[in-house]
Amino acid sequence: MAASLSSISLGLAGGLMIGCAAAAMLLLLGRIAGVSGLAARAFRLADPGSTVIATAFVIGLPAGAALAKRAGAPFEASFPSIIYLVIGGLLVGLGARLGSGCTSGHGVCGVSRLSKRSLVATGVFMATGVLTVAALRAAGVGP
Amino acid sequence: MIRTTLIALACGCVFGAGLAISGMTNPARVIGFLDVFGAFDPTLAFVMLGALIPMGLAWRVKERRERPFAAQSFVVPATTRVDARLVGGAALFGVGWGVAGLCPGPALANLTLSPLPAAIFVAAMACGMALHRMLPRGTPSTRQN
Repeated sequence: MAASLSSISLGLAGGLMIGCAAAAMLLLLGRIAGVSGLAARAFRLADPGSTVIATAFVIGLPAGAALAKRAGAPFEASFPSIIYLVIGGLLVGLGARLGSGCTSGHGVCGVSRLSKRSLVATGVFMATGVLTVAALRAAGVGP
Repeated sequence: MIRTTLIALACGCVFGAGLAISGMTNPARVIGFLDVFGAFDPTLAFVMLGALIPMGLAWRVKERRERPFAAQSFVVPATTRVDARLVGGAALFGVGWGVAGLCPGPALANLTLSPLPAAIFVAAMACGMALHRMLPRGTPSTRQN
């Protein structure tokens, strides 16, 4: 997957949309747009709280992606095989809950607040992500 | 209640559309970002940059407000302690992210774009979250993202 001027511009534009959505969650509803926490709550896998907000936000994600595709957003995707999806999914679900956040909660909302916890978490998951891809590549089963 | 629900739904929609437009719903692009020793793809860094700008401004506005514009109070984490749960959880999360090229937002957004692989990942992710609930509680996790 090579980067290009177009992929970078679309990345920046999409990123601005993500940031605006997270900003609206904070300023309008007073909530952090951390997807793993909202998903856990929507799936009833978190302590009771506002499931309404969480469920509505979580339903919005695939709805918004479908709208973007219909509106003509260039879309392509290449997925790893099922075993990678299962192992990756388990670790992402467990790790995000244990570490109290994911790419959105820590990486976007926390880092922009200069939260020490989020800066540490983001540094750690970026590092283990890089090491994992490098290890899989070295083992001959990587990208 | 209806207004709150609609705002959250709209935020989710814009967030999901942003993920799709940015290319982050493509696991190959995310793995490309993490593949710094291989075919590195910097796109994810620009997505983060784009997202950090409005969110950084939002925190500044938040500091001047008693309460949000459409809710009673701000519900934001107050914990500052860096502990083993945070580091260990983030480490596991990063491994899973590198293995699949997906994190929770793009996985959920993909339920309409690439339903089958997304559903497999989301089901496994929900199992991982359920597993976390079964673990003995240490310090209460105040951060809910």
